[in-house]
Amino acid sequence: MTEDDDLVSRVLARDQRAGARMITLIENDAPGAASRLAELFPHTGRAAVIGVTGPPGAGKSTLVEGMVRAWRDRGRTVGVLAVDPSSPFTGGAILGDRIRMASLTGDPGVYVRSMASRAHLGGLAEATPAAVRVLDAMGMDVIVVETVGVGQSEIAIAGTADCTVLVTMPGAGDGIQAMKAGVLEIGDVFVVNKADREGALRTRRELNAMLRMQDRTPRPVVLLTKADMGDGVEQVVRQVEEFLDTRRGSGQLQKRRLRHLEREALELIGAQARRRTLATLDQATIDELSEALWERRQDPATVAARALAALQWADNDC
Amino acid sequence: MANRIKVLLTKPTHDAHDRGARYLARKFRDAGFEVVFTNFLVAEEIIATALQEDVDVIGVSSSAGGHMPVFEELMSGLAAASVDDVLVIGGGIIPDVDARVLAGLGVPAVFGPGASAESAVEFIKEHVRQRSAV
Repeated sequence: MTEDDDLVSRVLARDQRAGARMITLIENDAPGAASRLAELFPHTGRAAVIGVTGPPGAGKSTLVEGMVRAWRDRGRTVGVLAVDPSSPFTGGAILGDRIRMASLTGDPGVYVRSMASRAHLGGLAEATPAAVRVLDAMGMDVIVVETVGVGQSEIAIAGTADCTVLVTMPGAGDGIQAMKAGVLEIGDVFVVNKADREGALRTRRELNAMLRMQDRTPRPVVLLTKADMGDGVEQVVRQVEEFLDTRRGSGQLQKRRLRHLEREALELIGAQARRRTLATLDQATIDELSEALWERRQDPATVAARALAALQWADNDC
Repeated sequence: MANRIKVLLTKPTHDAHDRGARYLARKFRDAGFEVVFTNFLVAEEIIATALQEDVDVIGVSSSAGGHMPVFEELMSGLAAASVDDVLVIGGGIIPDVDARVLAGLGVPAVFGPGASAESAVEFIKEHVRQRSAV
């Protein structure tokens, strides 16, 4: 048996260390990562994938800890992927989400993995969707993905999760204004955390007012929590389960998952076309295209079209 | 994508002296490392976290004494789990006499007061171990 088969079979046998190493291989785009992922894929699709997103400091990690414990009380196994931003300058990262999830360490039914975003935009790491599949293949019943603290357009989680929980807090009035454009639209369940703080009810009112304008049926509910005390967390988990049950019953969940997979495939077409185009171009052509830009003879779109044409030639030749 | 050095930087939960560890976390980030920052109660938690996070390096900071049993349990626990590709280093207030014992346990370096963050970064870069696919 080759090493590849061994790692895949160990992941399928729910070996956490094998899963951990598999995720590292994916993060590093290591040789063999893609083929092993392809082998794991038929064994995925069973887990419920829950996204937790919201502005920095809203209490995402603390809420996640409480939600994981609620699922553990129901006998479910849970995987957590907690994404924190990488420095765009040095590539380094401080991954601190685990500090708020201390009570989960040592529970064999929980696997927590911190992921650096590694310059990927959108609030997730590039490797996150694949890491979700590894946890799924490991037999985790529930997978919680915590995004980096988001602003206006970090909505990649909506393309991965079955249900997205949007967490905010009181006093973030301007924050909600900022969220309304993109982030507000991806929430399936809304949470106002730190509800003992002044303005919690007002924040809920504002959220409800914005959700009313969206014409979604059923309109998402807005729940109040004090996640550090555990207050309201059970209701969040119940709301998430109700959302998933309804969507599963109506077939919408399955359609949503198919859409996510199709979009991922489309994105890969773009990424691979880019890689192959760049690999096809020789240095002289690159210099010539660059010169056309420098002299402002051709705009970036024209240059891109010429580069892609070179890719076609290369394919026809072989 | 380049392989990045991933470090678990951890200190005892009861030990409030976290300034050094936090400072080092920033310096490690600036050196391009990915740093998982946690507190721990017992050595088993360090091992469980290191394996889930699949780190290259474990850095244990202790400034309130009681570090020897932690390192002993950590090293024997890692050996029991057949983990031989993770570099373990120490930091904080650890006397030289203890550091010599730790070296014998497989903790090759301790970065105490006066040690520069750069020296810790360089040490990690030089001594981080080649890790197998499985």
